[in-house]
Amino acid sequence: MIKKLNNKIKNKEISSDDLVKEAITKAEKSQKKLNAFVTIIKDAKEVKSNNLLSGIPVAIKDNFSTKDILSTGSSNTLKDYIPYFDATAIKKIKAAGAVIIGKTALDELGMGGTGLMAATGPVKNPWNINKITGGSSSGSAAAVAAGIVPYALGTDTGDSIRIPAAHCGIVGYKPTYGMVSRFGVFAFASSLDTVGVLCTSVEDAAIVIDQIKGKDEYDMTSWNSENINLLASLDGNVKNKKLFYIKEICDINNYEEKTNELIKTLEEFNKTIEKCQELGIKVEEVSFDQKLLDSIYPTYLTITSAEATSNMSNLTGIIFGPRGKGNTIDEMMKDHRTRGFSSLIKRRFVIGSYVLQKENQERYLFASAKIRHLIVNKMNELFNEFDGLILPASSEPASNINGDRSAHLRTEQYLAIGNFGGYPSITIPSGFVNDMPIGINITGKIKDDANILNIAYALEKKLGYKNQTAKGWE
Amino acid sequence: MALKVVIGLEMHCELNTKTKVFSKSLNNYNDIPNSLVTAIDLAFPGTLPIVNKEAVKKAIKMALCLNCKIPEELIFDRKNYYYPDVPKNYQITQNTKPIGLNGKINVEVNNELVPITIHDIHLEEDTASLDHYFDYSLIDYNRSGVPLLEIVTDPCIYSPEAAVAFLEHLRNIYKYTDCSEADTKKGQIRCDVNVSLKEENATELGTKVEVKNVNSFSNVYAAILYEIKRQTELIEAGKNNEIIQETRRWDEESGATIRMREKVESIDYKYYVDPNIPKIKIEKEWIEEIKSEIPLLPLERKTKYIEDYNLSSYDAGVLVKTKEVSDYFEECLELGMNPKEASNWITSQIMGYINKYDIEITDIFLTPKRLLKIINFLNNNTISSKQAKELFFLVLEEKEEPEVLIKKYGIEQIVDNEELLAIIQNIVDNNQSQIEEYKAGKTKVFDYFIGMIMKETKGKANPVKVKEILLSKLK
Repeated sequence: MIKKLNNKIKNKEISSDDLVKEAITKAEKSQKKLNAFVTIIKDAKEVKSNNLLSGIPVAIKDNFSTKDILSTGSSNTLKDYIPYFDATAIKKIKAAGAVIIGKTALDELGMGGTGLMAATGPVKNPWNINKITGGSSSGSAAAVAAGIVPYALGTDTGDSIRIPAAHCGIVGYKPTYGMVSRFGVFAFASSLDTVGVLCTSVEDAAIVIDQIKGKDEYDMTSWNSENINLLASLDGNVKNKKLFYIKEICDINNYEEKTNELIKTLEEFNKTIEKCQELGIKVEEVSFDQKLLDSIYPTYLTITSAEATSNMSNLTGIIFGPRGKGNTIDEMMKDHRTRGFSSLIKRRFVIGSYVLQKENQERYLFASAKIRHLIVNKMNELFNEFDGLILPASSEPASNINGDRSAHLRTEQYLAIGNFGGYPSITIPSGFVNDMPIGINITGKIKDDANILNIAYALEKKLGYKNQTAKGWE
Repeated sequence: MALKVVIGLEMHCELNTKTKVFSKSLNNYNDIPNSLVTAIDLAFPGTLPIVNKEAVKKAIKMALCLNCKIPEELIFDRKNYYYPDVPKNYQITQNTKPIGLNGKINVEVNNELVPITIHDIHLEEDTASLDHYFDYSLIDYNRSGVPLLEIVTDPCIYSPEAAVAFLEHLRNIYKYTDCSEADTKKGQIRCDVNVSLKEENATELGTKVEVKNVNSFSNVYAAILYEIKRQTELIEAGKNNEIIQETRRWDEESGATIRMREKVESIDYKYYVDPNIPKIKIEKEWIEEIKSEIPLLPLERKTKYIEDYNLSSYDAGVLVKTKEVSDYFEECLELGMNPKEASNWITSQIMGYINKYDIEITDIFLTPKRLLKIINFLNNNTISSKQAKELFFLVLEEKEEPEVLIKKYGIEQIVDNEELLAIIQNIVDNNQSQIEEYKAGKTKVFDYFIGMIMKETKGKANPVKVKEILLSKLK
């Protein structure tokens, strides 16, 4: 899509101005139905440059620090916060000539997987506005799926790019941890947080990350990826590549509650596997310790809650954010935080504080670190043999906004494996179940992003959902 | 029942790096409040710490000076607590693997070497400074993020004198190694003092009382004395149970320690490894490189001065008391001065002068090169020793080169035999009666002649030569 738009601009079939205006108009029009944006930048304009992204509109998840543009993280604790500096990824995308037309809603500060926890209200799925988008990069996913922008930046701590991408029928790519600088991204869980992209083709994912990746002097966990050129690596040659899937996740007999949607999702997954094989990719079934799989969610919850409670201690309303009421600094902070955070976040803070307590660290924090280590070791072993892990991106398509989501928790947790190990991981659309899109996810070994993207690129061609957007929401 | 005091110290000292420990803000003292601040120092959302290599290097240098074990990798932890002096509401410090462990150093106390063992050394960020007023407080974030090194001793110090000697010794090492300005007046050093009493032969330590944030060495001394007195009185009155594990602070005005909080309700800081800072391997080669940069430390220099230059232990002690003086002395030696002579000038004249005016040796106009000029004039008889002292003060006061001042004030000595002969002859000729007296055995008259000659030459005549010539005339 990006290349096509770039060509059109170059050939003067369309001007950047028109593209941007069209995106802004669409965004404004979409708000009532999708509620994807926190801020729409009505006077966004192209800054002349010569790049694939030049003049093309983009939407940014609202947990990126954007200079002179409201950046709330979809939290009331930051509802009036206008940063004076750009996140590194923003700096880079601006330098590439991208035109930011809006900031998108997220589950408050990245916590939550539904799109229902933003301070501006629930974000709705363009395929069916009674359905959730998944989260936390909810607004970014909705904006791309609705065809408002060709791509949007997101962040992924457990599955926050890859789940909404699946639910919205688009591509969601989380690069290797540290490939894109985290500087200026509101921290959720620092050891897992990753900047990535939501778009409609693997090629676009490669183009965008090529632009924003790189070692950053402001992020010690970033690394030099000069020798990686994602776009140039997409040759579609995947013969004899090896993928594995986890038996315990993909076997319907392993589920107690066999819902109609789960059955169909797994059936679709099997079809995808067949298509892989048609491409010459070898796919094997691998059994994974069920105990480890069951430990993923509690481990994720422990690590993220602990890191989040500490990371978000800076949100006091004293130096930035709305001032709380009170006679002492403690009262002011308490008021700010009590009124500013949703109940979900407060619950996570309580969990975080609990597991960080000296007497509980051994039992929870260190135990989680151990499990994380065990899982990563096992995965690394498998990655010695295989190019990647292929799984259904979620067990079911997007659920109803008013529905019960407890059953959902199961497969969706598995994507957190990608964050535990810092692995590159990409979701691409793979079909439909009950008229809602579903996706598959491929995860590979650290810094092997080019290989993973190339496999996804070949599979995307075979599956035929490239450049797919939702129709009818208008 | 004899009671013994057991002291443990925690000495915090700001390192003199160019920039702060986790941000690129300048690390300067005494600038306009809140002017040395970046987004990182104020914990704006999305900011991340960047470890300052220079700070780590200086921390390792200090750890090496204190013979600590250096870990193989660098790890930082978060200490979580809510207080306005830390905008992140956690302080980045070292808990899992401090930069130095299990050190040991000898300190001179009353001419005796006392071993002091170091529990650990850790690098952390300083907090913002708060000024509390009646109904408001002011906060200056300039200090927020300044590298702070905390040196923690074991409870192994047994007198307030030893405690202060240790602190002074450490301050010296900071200066010798150029790791810190180590100026207590600028608040660069702050100490926590743990004091407990036990019976002389008891194996277990008594209940520990911590006096926090003592900002000068004299206050450390006073606080320890106060705690010894307070605790002794309680024990002697049979009120041992009133000595509780608690945190107190030193109140300078009342000269007493005051209770802040009981340890029972102590805070859980929820330490955990900071995920924003990857583990960094500390290469052996780097440690060796840092080691090679450590200059001779005070005690080593003192030994060298005594053994190689035959200086007295006292003089050597005065010379190494501060790095500046010791460097001055060594520069004199490099210029070829006689060690004994240089030491005499420094320990008597120069130290007297700088102590009188409370200035540093680096502040005076009389550099070792200028001192050498004075000494050379003296040694080649251009000036007398009395004139040398005069010239010494003139150089200090008028800030002019010695040779310029000699001309300006005509301080030259008359050493020319002919000239002196003529002057003396003239005096002898005009004082015949005194000559008779001298010859009659009234030897006191000799001093009368010396006086006359000095008066005539305005004190410029070389006394040795005058004596020589006069004796020959009076024969």
